[in-house]
Amino acid sequence: MEELKTELKEKIIEALNLEDMSAEDINDTDMLFEEGLGLDSIDALELIIILDKDYGIKLTDSKDGKKIFQSIETMAQYITEHRTK
Amino acid sequence: MENNIIHYCNIKNNEVFLDGKKLYSGQEGDQFLDFIKGVYKNFELNYPKFYKMDPLCKLAITASSILLDGIDQDIDPDMGLLLSNKSSCYDVDVKHQDSISQGEESYASPANFVYTLPNIALGEISIKYKLRSENSFFIFEGFNPEFLIDYANSMTKLRKSSSVLCGWIEVKENVYNAFMFLVKPEAGLAFTKENLLNLIE
Repeated sequence: MEELKTELKEKIIEALNLEDMSAEDINDTDMLFEEGLGLDSIDALELIIILDKDYGIKLTDSKDGKKIFQSIETMAQYITEHRTK
Repeated sequence: MENNIIHYCNIKNNEVFLDGKKLYSGQEGDQFLDFIKGVYKNFELNYPKFYKMDPLCKLAITASSILLDGIDQDIDPDMGLLLSNKSSCYDVDVKHQDSISQGEESYASPANFVYTLPNIALGEISIKYKLRSENSFFIFEGFNPEFLIDYANSMTKLRKSSSVLCGWIEVKENVYNAFMFLVKPEAGLAFTKENLLNLIE
């Protein structure tokens, strides 16, 4: 799980062009949206693509995204339980 | 009263000028993205969204911030925006094209796609400065002072805007030139073709 969390942080930094940030700068429980990393709706689309492309998870209900994308911790947990690749 | 040029900012050849005064020089040999990041940090622009922007928006938001933050004047809430260039948002268009040309593995990155229109630069400036004003972005073969003068003058004469932030914001494959200037009907440099051609040089 720890390896997956670091991998997720690196993928997010690259996909969202979060220059000047490193995986160490993101805590596992930091909020990804709003007051946390300050991600926006376009960034949410990038996260959905990461789930699909890299882990074979297709999100069909936007309500799920709200829970899954709360933090690196919640993302990693969901990916571990639902990944198909 | 006719519009006059109140302040202007140039960013080109690794240097930044405000009203003709050099404020910053980048490292020799800097590529555009390294240079503009250096400018962002040097002027402490403190706008994290900068990092997510395409090259055109990075140049536009940097030039507008240096100009608007660097002058001792309030920003008119109805300040119009009138930008222009030659290459539109070419660099991010190419990046987007590459991302969707990889066969079955290809996918369109929303973070890139959202910048594949040049007028997004106007939106970024409007968001940062909370403007809900008139704005337009035009594509020309080259810097077109006559058009900018006519258009900006009509914006103020028709009372759409009490001032206009105009500019040429060109960036393509590491070649860049930003010339942004604020015009309004108060004392300043005459808003003429000759002056604009001199100031962009």
